[in-house]
Amino acid sequence: MFDFSVVTNWFNDLLIGVMPQWLATTIECVIVGALLLLAYTVLAMFYIMYERWVCAWFQCRRGPLRVGPWGSLQIFADVIKMLIKEVVGLWKTDNFLHKLAPYFVLIASVVVFACLPWGKGLQAIDFNIGIFFMTAVSSLGVVGILLAGWSSNSKYTMIGAMRSGAQMISYELSIGIAMLTIVCLAGTMSVTGLVEAQQNGWFIFTGHIPAIIAFIIYVIAATAETNRGPFDLPEAEHELTAGYHTEYSGIHFGFFYLAEYLNLFIVSGIATLLFLGGWMPLHVSGWDGFNAVMDYIPSTIWFLGKAILVSFIIIWFKWSFPRVRIDQMLALEWRYLMPIGLFNLVLMAIIVSMGWHFAG
Amino acid sequence: MVLLGIQNTTLAVTAVITGAVLVFAALLIARLIGPRSFTQKKGETYECGIPTRGESMAQFHVGYYLFAILFLMFDVETVFLFPWAAIAKTIGSTALLAVGTFLFILVLGLAYAWKKGALRWK
Repeated sequence: MFDFSVVTNWFNDLLIGVMPQWLATTIECVIVGALLLLAYTVLAMFYIMYERWVCAWFQCRRGPLRVGPWGSLQIFADVIKMLIKEVVGLWKTDNFLHKLAPYFVLIASVVVFACLPWGKGLQAIDFNIGIFFMTAVSSLGVVGILLAGWSSNSKYTMIGAMRSGAQMISYELSIGIAMLTIVCLAGTMSVTGLVEAQQNGWFIFTGHIPAIIAFIIYVIAATAETNRGPFDLPEAEHELTAGYHTEYSGIHFGFFYLAEYLNLFIVSGIATLLFLGGWMPLHVSGWDGFNAVMDYIPSTIWFLGKAILVSFIIIWFKWSFPRVRIDQMLALEWRYLMPIGLFNLVLMAIIVSMGWHFAG
Repeated sequence: MVLLGIQNTTLAVTAVITGAVLVFAALLIARLIGPRSFTQKKGETYECGIPTRGESMAQFHVGYYLFAILFLMFDVETVFLFPWAAIAKTIGSTALLAVGTFLFILVLGLAYAWKKGALRWK
C-alpha cells in the first residue's frame, strides 16, 4: 500500500536543502493550510450535490439535471449565487457576536477535519490524544450556534439555538461513550494508533457485540449531533423559519450551510476511523489473494468510500423517520442511549479484561 | 507519526488559522462583489416577516438549563474515563473493578435525577 509520507518527506528534504528550517516549516504550514482549505471546500460541494442526488433518488425525482452534465455544475452556480448576495447588516443584533459566530462554527469543523486519517501517511494533526482532541474541539461548534442564535436578537433564532444547544450537548455524551468503548478495545487514543490496531480486522468485526452496539449508538448520536434527519428540530422549517441562522444572509448563511454538510462528512469520517478501520483495506484472515487485491486500492479511496457510505445511511434516516419532538429527542438520549451506552462500556471492559474479543 | 517533522501544536494552529482565513476571505469576496444598499426597513430583524414585538433576547425554558447541568456532570465523567480506557487493556481486571465502582456512583446520580423527574421534559 502506497505510503504518502514518502512524498511528504521527500518534499521536506527538498525544502530543507535550500532554505533554513523555520522558512521550510512556514512554507509547509501554508501548503498544509491551502490543501485543507481545498479539500474542505471540494468535499462540501460534493456533499451538497451528493445529498441532493440521494434525496432525489429516495423521492423518485431526478434531482439537479439542467446545469452541466447530470447537474454537476449546479453547485458552482449555487456558490456564486451565495457569494454575490448581499450580507445584510442588521441594526438590532449584537454586532460583534453576530459576526463572531460563523468563525466558531467553521474553525471547529476545520480543525476536526484536519485530524481525520486521509490515507497512509496523509494526516495533518496527529496528537497522541487524537480522538479526545476531536471531541474537545467539536464542542466549540455548539458555542458558535448558541452565539448565533442569541446575538441575532430574534425569537426564532433564540429558540432554535436553545434546542440545538440542548440537542448537541446531550448527544455529545453518547458519542463520547461510544468512542470510549472503542478506545477501551484499542488501548490507544491516537488516530494513527486506532487505524493501525485495525490492520487484521475492523473493530466492528473484532470487537464482539459491544462494538456493534456502540456503532449503532454512534450513528444515531451523530445524526443528532449534526442536526439532521429526524433530529432537525433546531431548524424545523414550519415552526422556526430556519432556526438559529434565520437572521444570517448571503455568505454568512453559507458558512452555516457549509459547516453543516462538512460536519456530516466529519461524523462519518470518525465513524469510519473508529469502527470501519479508517483507511485500512478490508482484510479477511486466510484469504491472501483477496487481501492482496484489496491492498491495491489506494488508502484514500478506502477512507472516502467508507465515509460516504456512512453518510448515505445518515441521509437515509432523514427520509425514513418523521421529525421527533423535543421531549422525545431528550428522552431518547437520556433514558435510552446513555444508559445503554454506559452498560455497553462495562460490557466492553469485561470483554477486554477477559480477552474474549477476537484477535485483531 | 508526525507529518513533516512539524509539531502537532503548530499544525493545529495552522488549522485554526485556515478556518479563520476561510471565513474572512469569503466575507471579503462577498463584500467586493456583492451589492450593498441601506434602507431603514432592511436593517430590521426578519424573524418571520412581520415586525417584531417585545423583547427578543428573552427568557427561555428552564429545562434547557437543567439538561446543561446534567450534561456537565456526565461530560466530566467522560473526561475522567478517557485515560482509564486508554490503559484498560494493559491493567486487566483492576480496570474492571475501578470502572465498576466509578460508574456505579455515577449511575446512582443518573437514577436520582431520573426519579426526581429531571429527565422528563415539562
